[in-house]
Amino acid sequence: MSPPLLTSAQMASFVARGFLRFDGVVPDEINRQFMREAGPIPEVQDGVRIRKLYGEALAANDIAEAPAGTPLSEVYAPASALGRLLDLPVVRGAIESLVGDKPVFDHHFLHITFPPAYHAAGAGENLSQHTHQDSTIDPRTAFDLQIMYYPHAVTREMGGTRFIPGTHLRKVSEVALGRYQNMRGQQHMVCDAGTLLFLHHGIWHGGGVNLSDRTRYMFKIRMHASGPQTWRWDLSDLPPPGPQRPIFYRKSAPEPNTVATLLTTPEPWFEQDTGRLEYVNRIRLWRYLSEDDAFDVDYWMTRLETGPR
Amino acid sequence: MSGQAKPALRQKVLVLYLANSALDSPTVAWAVYDGTGETLHMAGDADEPPYASGLAALRDGWRLFQASQLLPHARGEEFDLAYLKYEFFFEQLAEVAP
Repeated sequence: MSPPLLTSAQMASFVARGFLRFDGVVPDEINRQFMREAGPIPEVQDGVRIRKLYGEALAANDIAEAPAGTPLSEVYAPASALGRLLDLPVVRGAIESLVGDKPVFDHHFLHITFPPAYHAAGAGENLSQHTHQDSTIDPRTAFDLQIMYYPHAVTREMGGTRFIPGTHLRKVSEVALGRYQNMRGQQHMVCDAGTLLFLHHGIWHGGGVNLSDRTRYMFKIRMHASGPQTWRWDLSDLPPPGPQRPIFYRKSAPEPNTVATLLTTPEPWFEQDTGRLEYVNRIRLWRYLSEDDAFDVDYWMTRLETGPR
Repeated sequence: MSGQAKPALRQKVLVLYLANSALDSPTVAWAVYDGTGETLHMAGDADEPPYASGLAALRDGWRLFQASQLLPHARGEEFDLAYLKYEFFFEQLAEVAP
């Protein structure tokens, strides 16, 4: 049976904001199985640094390592928690919509964020992670998908992943942007157990500082398409190409949740001039996904591409 | 001469990223580094900026010491976006016990 694919509105939101969030979609039984497979964290030990405990935890857990370039379908045993998670219809449908039905595994990682007592015992500072973009400068229009899995409930005190919607189309060099401590519109993952965050690989993010007395887990899986990344979602809600909308001088608010409106909705951190370039780059990404070089919203591209009339 | 030690000076640094090159435009991102050690700031520690604009920081006693340049856009790269464009560094000097 075919999984439920993303709608055009969800795709446009992903193109514009770089994320889709699915709250509590992983059943508790899978979450509990994952926590068993991830294994326990050793007790706090005076004089023992977190790096050592982390290494021991990764070596001892039941999550297998896998080479980059492996078909995603071969990475996890079907009966494992992650194998079952990836087989959930909502997960299969979202993956297929974004990177096709035969994605290729890049890497995965178990992120563990320790409570203050562990830092104190190891004489380390308890700090949030600097905001960064994963991997390195990536000039592609194509994108990789990163799935963040939260196997237990995350409170604000526990930190959670911090991310800034709409930053994914900027071409930066990893943590070169670490100076930006805070940005308007930043979000912190506070969620129920079994929540998934689907991210464009370029989104700026970082791990929050854990101020609670509980260890926090997050599991990330990165994958890329093995074939065309175009026209993969559910197109049934996509209206046929129509005339452009009136721009600037409008007598009513634009219709909400249309592709055009979603692609031209600013983020709170947008600069006034480069915010318009963000629209241009969103339109370019939509053109790539829809194989439509004539697609435009509010004349942002047409104005630049039109020769002498 | 008194034998009393003079207080030492430490720098507090405020970095504001504004919505355009005008100092009175709105703050969109920010960072604070406190050389006195009285406060510790880190990524994600505040969802609202300490000042609504650069001008508001000036009015509260912060001294501007660096502003990003306005540079022309290279041909062929006009739509490439990377780092935030309108960066302003401010400082305050504070006394700490020697």
